[in-house]
Amino acid sequence: MSLLHLAIFSPFLMAILVPLFYKGLRKIHTGWFVLILPIVLFVYFLQFLPVTRDNGVFQRSFDWIPSLGISFTAYVDGLSLLFALLITGIGALVVLYSIFYLSKERESLHNFYVYLLMFMGAMLGVVLSDNLITLYMFWELTSISSFLLIAYWYDRDRSRYGALKSMLITVFGGLAMLGGFLLLSIMGDTFSVRELIAQADVLNNHPLFLFAMILILLGAFTKSAQFPFYIWLPDAMEAPTPVSAYLHSATMVKAGIYLVARLSAIFAFSEYWFWLVGGIGIFTLFWGSFNAVKQTDLKGILAFSTVSQLGLIMSLLGAGAIALHFEALDDNIYTAATIAAVFHLINHATFKGSLFMVVGIVDHETGTRDIRRLGGLMSFMPITFTIAIIGAFSMAGLPPFNGFLSKEMFFTGMLQLLSADIFNLETWGLLFPVLAWVGSVFTFIYSMILVFKTFTGKYQPEKLERKPHEAPFGMLISPIVLAALVVLFGLFPNLLSYSLIQPAAAAIMPSIVPAGEVLDVHVSHWHGFSTELFMTIGVVVLGILMYLTLNKWIRLYSIFPGKVTLNTLYDTGLYASERGSYNVTKAYMNGSIRTYLIYIFVFFIGILGFTLWNKDAFTVSTDNLAPIGVYEMVLSAVIIAGTMAILAAKSRLTSIIALGAVGYTVSLFFVIFRAPDLALTQLVIETVSVALFLLCFYHLPQLNRDQEGRRFKLGNLAVALGVGTIVTLMALSAHSTKRFESISEYYIANTYEEAAGKNMVNVILVDFRGFDTLFEISVLAIAALGIFGMIKLRLSKKGEGADE
Amino acid sequence: MNNPNNVIFQTASKVIFFIIILFSIHLFFAGHYYPGGGFIGGLMTSGAIVLLLLAFDIQTVAKGFPVDYKIVVGLGLLIAIATAAGAMLFNVPFFTHAFGDVYLPILGETGLHTAMLFDLGVYLVVVGVTMTIIQTIGESE
Repeated sequence: MSLLHLAIFSPFLMAILVPLFYKGLRKIHTGWFVLILPIVLFVYFLQFLPVTRDNGVFQRSFDWIPSLGISFTAYVDGLSLLFALLITGIGALVVLYSIFYLSKERESLHNFYVYLLMFMGAMLGVVLSDNLITLYMFWELTSISSFLLIAYWYDRDRSRYGALKSMLITVFGGLAMLGGFLLLSIMGDTFSVRELIAQADVLNNHPLFLFAMILILLGAFTKSAQFPFYIWLPDAMEAPTPVSAYLHSATMVKAGIYLVARLSAIFAFSEYWFWLVGGIGIFTLFWGSFNAVKQTDLKGILAFSTVSQLGLIMSLLGAGAIALHFEALDDNIYTAATIAAVFHLINHATFKGSLFMVVGIVDHETGTRDIRRLGGLMSFMPITFTIAIIGAFSMAGLPPFNGFLSKEMFFTGMLQLLSADIFNLETWGLLFPVLAWVGSVFTFIYSMILVFKTFTGKYQPEKLERKPHEAPFGMLISPIVLAALVVLFGLFPNLLSYSLIQPAAAAIMPSIVPAGEVLDVHVSHWHGFSTELFMTIGVVVLGILMYLTLNKWIRLYSIFPGKVTLNTLYDTGLYASERGSYNVTKAYMNGSIRTYLIYIFVFFIGILGFTLWNKDAFTVSTDNLAPIGVYEMVLSAVIIAGTMAILAAKSRLTSIIALGAVGYTVSLFFVIFRAPDLALTQLVIETVSVALFLLCFYHLPQLNRDQEGRRFKLGNLAVALGVGTIVTLMALSAHSTKRFESISEYYIANTYEEAAGKNMVNVILVDFRGFDTLFEISVLAIAALGIFGMIKLRLSKKGEGADE
Repeated sequence: MNNPNNVIFQTASKVIFFIIILFSIHLFFAGHYYPGGGFIGGLMTSGAIVLLLLAFDIQTVAKGFPVDYKIVVGLGLLIAIATAAGAMLFNVPFFTHAFGDVYLPILGETGLHTAMLFDLGVYLVVVGVTMTIIQTIGESE
């Protein structure tokens, strides 16, 4: 455990304290306490900049489950550092913003900050883990915290719907990804990403290679909302706006990008990788921007815009893969795409983050996000308007903002594909720049809609819930910081070139950057009258024309039938599977515990009987038998008598007492056989369960022995006889078969040596098989909460007559 | 509900309750060397409370022990997982226990073991689970 590990775990530790702050110091907004952590972490991660600047790495490791080769290796290189800085930096700004966005009187802040911190820790874990299993664990944790955050206002239907949708889609992808990871570890015999990269050429020729790639890409594409999995992202906008700004634009959705970038070094040589990552990326760019234009909700526009921008970064990573097919670094023009991807990643976080915050402010101050009701807010919120202009113009790719620079570099990356002569790019390569250009036109249009429909045009006070005014200063700080960064990176892009961009790009392509050398990264505004510049001019001209004539062609969208969408597919699919499972379950679950016991016992008889017969396992040997004493005989007689009494009992009370007698007698058997632990346990369990029975007594239906039919009785008789016979046969065979030494020898030898205990049973429980105990008590806890929930819910439903 | 028929039962159970509780604590601490441990100790404690439940009624006992047993469950799980995870702070794998003999005032030379902390978690979970279930079902009448 090192300081680096502690940094990853610190958000979780902080999350434990949050409820205390919330309860103990109600007067102060809980966010102020939480804010300290991301700032400290940001500063902590900044000190790694000199390390990664020369493509150095920093690694700390400790064993987690050494027997399975799973260790928690935390690893800082250019790529992970970039993400760590984004997570903590944007995290700090978002927390600051949320302090003013969420009211401390009305909202359950402790939930919010616990989830948010959980997410922050999980996300740091994803980007700093070298071990695939650790990475997977944190990956799923981000899905869960995202689920919780989307459903933060859980009394709204749309929130629950969106949360469930995002959970189902991203966890489906996560599971597929786990499969891919396991395949990778089978191929490479390690879970370490670094070690896998080292043997990338061996992996490339392995028959499982393609399966592993597709499974892992499923994980990355679902998380990063690529076509056709993007449908969860627009619905995730039900989350509070700080969450949307943080998770659903700046960090979590980029986890998929991170994964693709990180594993590029393994997969990128393959043709399939290029077409999958690049092709789906570019199509997502086009599709997202095309759909963003028709949205009327400001957050909806931003959601589709995020989808589209993620596609842009994805396609650049795909295009960058071409670079691996050219050896020489000096004139390898294809590395430009990877550099552009990294640069745009940073830029997107800044301008999209500020735009989300702007939308949050508009929502907060006017009560609506619908652009049909908004308009003319410029004079009420001049500062917000300025930030919106900066963010939106950067998104549209206009100079002098940072979006312009990365958009130009994006065009360069796409145009260079035309000159590549592999992978059929001679014929299909033209698609990339064309889709990129069309996507950019739509990007320009929705950026303009976002600003001008909200802030200019006619002011419609009658459609607004509140009288709009400028946001409080605290709420403006975070977007101002981000907008300032947009301008700063736009004017001085080379601030980032060698500090962040170069190390990250080199980490994505370790094989073509020799040790001790660095990639050449130089970002500038003016490249002469290049094709890229003309493309941008084309985008602006056509974009303006189309924005001005928007009302004329917006109706074209309604040509597409509204029912044939991916969302309909998702909804009907979900409904059908729910319906189907319900019907299947209902076919055999009739609500009577008697039936269930019959299932269990019949299965029990079947599987054990089959095994006994199939393995020819039945033997009887009479060696090594203890003599049967008087005590045993008496106790057996009592047990038999007790069992008979249950069968004959006319009332339930009698059978409960008889059952208790049987239980106590069994514990006496344990005493005779010198097993005090078992005897004690049995005794206490028997007591508690008899008490429980007595408590439930009133709820149980009357025993109606007379109404039970002959068939029912005969069936039960057969099952009971079967169970008895099988258990007897098993016991006899178990005694008679001595194929190997009993496992207890190990415990006898090691209980005192290894665990310093003398009571073997207890040492097994808490030490040797501590995991079992841990899971058992977890199951117990779940069972208790389940029973509590079931009974309390049933009661409250009766009281309120609610039909949900 | 103070049924006069229960006078002997109620009076006796008030005394026996404490004896059982003490015994259960003994069982819990004896765990590592002699029969006992968190599981049995926890069940024994619940048994003692159940005895009171039978002698009196749920409301009376709930007044005597104003404890939310669901929180006890959570606390127990937290202690158990924290003990297991705590090992990682010392650069050893999850769930590695530590033990040793320590000199304590009054008690003298005492064997201490982190397994005890884990067992405390088990104890709390068992008490919490049993009592949650019994209380929920009992109250639902």
